[in-house]
Amino acid sequence: MSCIKMKYEVPGDDFTRAGEASSMVKRKLKQLGYNPDAIRRVAIAMYEGEINMVIHAGGGVAEVEVYPDRVEIALIDQGPGIADVEMAMQEGYSTAPDNVRSLGFGAGMGLPNIKKYTDAMRIDTEVGKGTTMYLTVKAK
Amino acid sequence: MTVEECAQKLSLRFLAGEEGAQTEISGGYVGDLLSWVMGRLEEGQAWITVMGNINAIAVATLKDASCIILTDEAPLDEDARRRAELEGVPVLVTDKNSYQTALALGQALL
Ligand SMILES: Nc1ncnc2c1ncn2[C@@H]1O[C@H](COP(=O)(O)OP(=O)(O)OP(=O)(O)O)[C@@H](O)[C@H]1O
Ligand SMILES: [Mg+2]
Repeated sequence: MSCIKMKYEVPGDDFTRAGEASSMVKRKLKQLGYNPDAIRRVAIAMYEGEINMVIHAGGGVAEVEVYPDRVEIALIDQGPGIADVEMAMQEGYSTAPDNVRSLGFGAGMGLPNIKKYTDAMRIDTEVGKGTTMYLTVKAK
Repeated sequence: MTVEECAQKLSLRFLAGEEGAQTEISGGYVGDLLSWVMGRLEEGQAWITVMGNINAIAVATLKDASCIILTDEAPLDEDARRRAELEGVPVLVTDKNSYQTALALGQALL
């Protein structure tokens, strides 16, 4: 197994399809017989990133690269960007609107979850341009 | 205790995903905020909640919850029911609230 690449379009504002990309990646990793702990962490991190693109950025693209020792995920959107990343990373901080909160989102735990369950996390963001998040999960 | 045994002991009604009835329940987690549950629920736990939408099914699937128990007769959306059938995630419902359900589950697991 050298490197397997997957790419998914994440539609904006479509909550009925949110979570599809992470579900597909999880299924694929299971088929590959990948490390179960790494699968669990990839599923959590990717789900949160995917949902954030749906809610906050009008959708985007998820690119996943699977290596024998790690999974690398890039979540790319052309949304509004994040003005204060440090603040956004705080537990409980959320700008989710009410209609989204009533669906169970908006705890402000998405980015903290990603941080907790990945081995590396980098956010490149520019207000008015978009956000790209790079995540690495190691298979220990 | 399997999901099916739990359903009998706690008088829960299956709404979807009966094919997962033999899954073992390792414990429980109560919560309605999805990313809170995403971060904390552990594999095999029964998820006690009032969230019966399609995103709840996604969380339960990704986290390998043994089942979802909807409390206070909370409704399961039709698209959520279909997704739960597809994924084989058992979804059950009770007229008891989340506190009563967690208490009963804890006693049943002793
Ligand atoms: N891709 C993104 N584009 C623009 N803003 C974002 C993006 N991702 C996150 N944010 C901002 O960061 C905040 C915190 O994100 P986080 O995922 O932690 O919480 P949330 O999405 O609001 O709620 P939860 O994830 O708990 O349902 C968001 O409310 C939003 O303001
Ligand atoms: Mg979020």
